[in-house]
Amino acid sequence: MSADVAVPGEVTVAHAYAAPPASWRLLARKPAFVAGAGILLLWMACAVLGHLIAPYDPLAQQLLARNAAPSGTHLLGTDPLGRDVLSRVISGARDILTIAPLATLLGAVLGTALGLIMGYFGGIVDAVISRIVEAVLALPVVIVAFLFVVAVGPSSLTLIVVIGFIFTPLIARTVRTAVLIEGQQDYLPAARLLGERPAYIMIAEILPNVLPVIVVEFTVRLGYAIFAVATLSFLGFGVQQPTPDWGGDIAANYGLLGAGYWWETLFPALAIASVVMALNLVTDSIEQVLSS
Amino acid sequence: MTLYLLRRVLLAVVTLWILSIIVFFAGQVLPGDPGRAVLGPFAAERAVRAYDHQLGVDRPLLVQYFGWIGGLLHGNMGTSYTYRSPVEPFIASALANSGKLALLALVIIVPLGIAGGVVAAVYSGRIIDRVISLSGLAGSTVPEFVSGIVLILVFGIALKALPITAATDPGASFADQLDHLILPVIPLVLVLFGYIARMARAGTVEALDSDYARTAVLKGLRRRTMIRRHILRNSLLPTITVIATQTGYLIGGLVVVETLFNYQGIGRLIFNAANGKDFPMLEAGVLVIGVVYMVATLIADVLYTALSPRLRVGAAS
Repeated sequence: MSADVAVPGEVTVAHAYAAPPASWRLLARKPAFVAGAGILLLWMACAVLGHLIAPYDPLAQQLLARNAAPSGTHLLGTDPLGRDVLSRVISGARDILTIAPLATLLGAVLGTALGLIMGYFGGIVDAVISRIVEAVLALPVVIVAFLFVVAVGPSSLTLIVVIGFIFTPLIARTVRTAVLIEGQQDYLPAARLLGERPAYIMIAEILPNVLPVIVVEFTVRLGYAIFAVATLSFLGFGVQQPTPDWGGDIAANYGLLGAGYWWETLFPALAIASVVMALNLVTDSIEQVLSS
Repeated sequence: MTLYLLRRVLLAVVTLWILSIIVFFAGQVLPGDPGRAVLGPFAAERAVRAYDHQLGVDRPLLVQYFGWIGGLLHGNMGTSYTYRSPVEPFIASALANSGKLALLALVIIVPLGIAGGVVAAVYSGRIIDRVISLSGLAGSTVPEFVSGIVLILVFGIALKALPITAATDPGASFADQLDHLILPVIPLVLVLFGYIARMARAGTVEALDSDYARTAVLKGLRRRTMIRRHILRNSLLPTITVIATQTGYLIGGLVVVETLFNYQGIGRLIFNAANGKDFPMLEAGVLVIGVVYMVATLIADVLYTALSPRLRVGAAS
């Protein structure tokens, strides 16, 4: 008899530990996820190893080969200063792929903390923070980012902080809702009766249970972060020239589209589009696996 | 209903006030001083200081803020540092231009987004649903300037089918203006399609799942009739709210699209003002955008209340 009782317990434990690998296997079986993750990995490799992969120095100007069309020597052509477009596209992955994830991480950490506090304590704390969150949400995101980056002056750190702060209330709102749903579970009163401190309950009890929501929110926000960084760079308030940057390079060269020099604008644009699409494929797959 | 509206308007005013503070102080920490920006790097230090004094930017910030907000309440939005004349005419003409672009975008996107969402919901789980959902998601995260560049290349340069700038000569005919706005409007439509279609899809899926939909099927109504008569009305309510909140994204998109297509709208106005350190213009522009956004959400709330029978009855009793 005692052996029979022990078996279900063991099965539950084994199941609990088997869960994460199972969802990973589900993910790996989705072609959309594999394709998206592959493209993202490729760009990450470019970001890390850019100087080793790039055929030319992305800053080196060849004044005799300005606006050269794609050819055997310059696979994607050269820009108005005779810099190799392929090398600039490869090296341009670095800044956007550091700034966007760091900004999203900042927003996720602050937003999760805020959301946990709002959802757990409720009452006046929740009401006051909700008002402020609503006020921030009432402003068009790009306009706020624009205003503050202009105010503080463009730099990588500015972009990370500004976008992170704008994401904070958005993520907080999502986490708060998840915490409110979680609040109806029996384990919370049990934890309170055990005399656990609020901070401990929030971090050790609630956080692991709302983690899937945060993961999905993080990947979705990451897409918007790339959108925002690219847009601000295009407007001239992001990564500054001559540092290779997709948005910045497009801004510098799109005036020459009419003259027929399409390659120096199109290839950075395709780079941005491919990152965003790949990220969408990954996000969509993760969402499906977590909700199934 | 009146009480609800009053509360909504009051909240909007509070939010606007917070917005005015944010805008004003962000404007004041802008690097460099306006005198130096207007007079150039070679102007004498004394001339710059005299100019700053003339503009009043050497006063304490709080004094400047109350002067500014007092002027706003009297309908005086300030004097442009760059043009040395009141900002209102610039704002008004830019707003009218942006209005045309935004209105055209909405006229296209609302029916398109709703149709896409309803189709995706009706064929939920099938290939067409995945295509609409994924392309909507992709479209909403590809920056407007990226899709804009591709459009310029394909339709403006390769096919020479459409003009690549949005600006027209003064007095251009309606058809000519419309022709110039087609390319700029597509990136905006692409970004908004995903959100609206997703909301319309969610609303439709929920309505299809309801008891009254089952009743309609069981009493022998044809599927097409059921969707038109019972599903659409219920699925469209949440979509209205989303469309209003998307005005914010629309306005953000205008900054990029108007810059790319060289269109004299409110987005390009604040972009130029930011570059020229023209604080009054920048502050007035952003504040006007805030007001437009607030009014849009307010109208959506009123529409939602007016269209939703449950809320209407609740308010009457």
